[in-house]
Amino acid sequence: MIEFHNVTKRYRGGVEALRNVSIRIDAGEMVFLTGHSGAGKSTLLRLTTLVERATRGHIIIGGHNLTRIPPRKIPLFRRHIGVVFQDHRLLRDRTVFDNVALPLVVSGHGHSEIGRRVRAALDKVDLLGKEKQFPVVLSGGEQQRVGIARAVVHKPPVLLADEPTGNLDPDLSKEIMGLFAQFNQVGVTVLIATHDLDLVHHFGDRVLLLRNGQVVDGLG
Amino acid sequence: MLTKAKRANKIEAKFELKGSGTRILRSWLVRHLQSFFFSLGLMAREPLATLLTAAVLGIALALPGGLYLLLDNVNQLTGHWDKGGHISVFLKTEESDAAAETLAQELRSWNEIARVSVITRAEALSEYRSMSGFAEVLDAFEDSNPLPAVLTVEPRLEVQKPSRMKDLVARLSELPQVEVARFDLQWLKRLDAIVEIVLLGVYLLAALLALGVVLIIGNTIRLGIENRREEIEIANLFGGTNAFIRRPFLYGGLLYGLFGAVIAWGILALGFALLQPSVARLVYLYGSNFELVAPSGPWALALIAGGSALGLLGAWVAVGRHLSTRAGD
Repeated sequence: MIEFHNVTKRYRGGVEALRNVSIRIDAGEMVFLTGHSGAGKSTLLRLTTLVERATRGHIIIGGHNLTRIPPRKIPLFRRHIGVVFQDHRLLRDRTVFDNVALPLVVSGHGHSEIGRRVRAALDKVDLLGKEKQFPVVLSGGEQQRVGIARAVVHKPPVLLADEPTGNLDPDLSKEIMGLFAQFNQVGVTVLIATHDLDLVHHFGDRVLLLRNGQVVDGLG
Repeated sequence: MLTKAKRANKIEAKFELKGSGTRILRSWLVRHLQSFFFSLGLMAREPLATLLTAAVLGIALALPGGLYLLLDNVNQLTGHWDKGGHISVFLKTEESDAAAETLAQELRSWNEIARVSVITRAEALSEYRSMSGFAEVLDAFEDSNPLPAVLTVEPRLEVQKPSRMKDLVARLSELPQVEVARFDLQWLKRLDAIVEIVLLGVYLLAALLALGVVLIIGNTIRLGIENRREEIEIANLFGGTNAFIRRPFLYGGLLYGLFGAVIAWGILALGFALLQPSVARLVYLYGSNFELVAPSGPWALALIAGGSALGLLGAWVAVGRHLSTRAGD
């Protein structure tokens, strides 16, 4: 589902964030991506969502070579991917419902379908009763669950998460990771960047270890 | 039981990067309506700020709109005066009244001329006697009448422009029976020149104020974009197209322009209502049948269409400048 072939990403100024990285994540896999900050985790995720393009090498996701996707097709490509952020990045002036609905509104779904799917997604993260509230009144764990509902509401085959438990205590972190595992159970390919190694070992899935822009362990 | 990988394959083997045609068509209108009401909703959430911006735009639009109305009125007024324009053709004193009548007959066949009336030598004399107060002087001439016959030539309406009037006066002067043909072109020329300068001024002012409207709306939209950076980035990451992200801002600009134009129309309609009685009184004192030209329906429509177009343009400029650097492009 996600393949990197000798991918190098060099930023302006000559910093190489990724060096000759080759990885392969099969459909339905759940993989953790770990390493110190600055090891290239975020860069790898940014390349996967086409926020940035690789300097060298090929990335193949969902059967598409990303170097061949023209800019105008990028939005359509991104509709197949769900993203969860460390700081959840919910919109403060929108209700929980509107926040979760955003990926569906963006791709032009009808009103009734949006309602049905948003409620289904909120049900999965156990927040069905809070759809009319604003994010500020929710706890940190609840906010992150809203973020996850938003990431899966459009049923993406690939789910990416960048330090999704970075701001949460261990119990909440476990709960959040459990949610990712649930989505993985129904076939979603999940890639989670995290430096919480205890948590990673608790789940026992494959771990890719990045160091100085290179994959040093977990090639599988 | 299916393995996880097989289940994943069932979900989606290859990402579809084409929108389905029917859904695009069906959702086109829905999306536009969504954006429209979304923009309207954002404005309604901050009514005071929206009203202030719209008021500034209204004043900026009211100025050229009002000047245009003023010019329209001046044109109508000078139109009234033009109709009175006629050329006095003084014949040579040796020409008889009969000769004057013959010449008048000939002139009536000219294309440029609408009407010719003859003032015979006797009529001229009696008119002069009663009007001038020089009756005694004229009496000294006893039987010989010193005054020539005069033809009053009224040109057709379309000839009543300074350049064509000048040609006509020249042709009339060259006739052998004519001593002199006179038409006071000077005031008409001057008025024409003044109207031309004012018109140019109005155009310049209108262009400046239109630019002002574009800049005001552009800046308002730019601030809106800055305030909603986060939302734009999120929409972007979840597959919002450029068009999707730009649309609410463009509608925002259009709506600002529209509201501004409506306020401008209100200002001018009010101004007109306030001026109307005073002008009517002045006109009455001058004994003219001039009427103030009111802001008309087409004029209001043009104002509103113009305001909206300027709003859209302003938003377009802001969106082009501030949303053009997109991740991944």
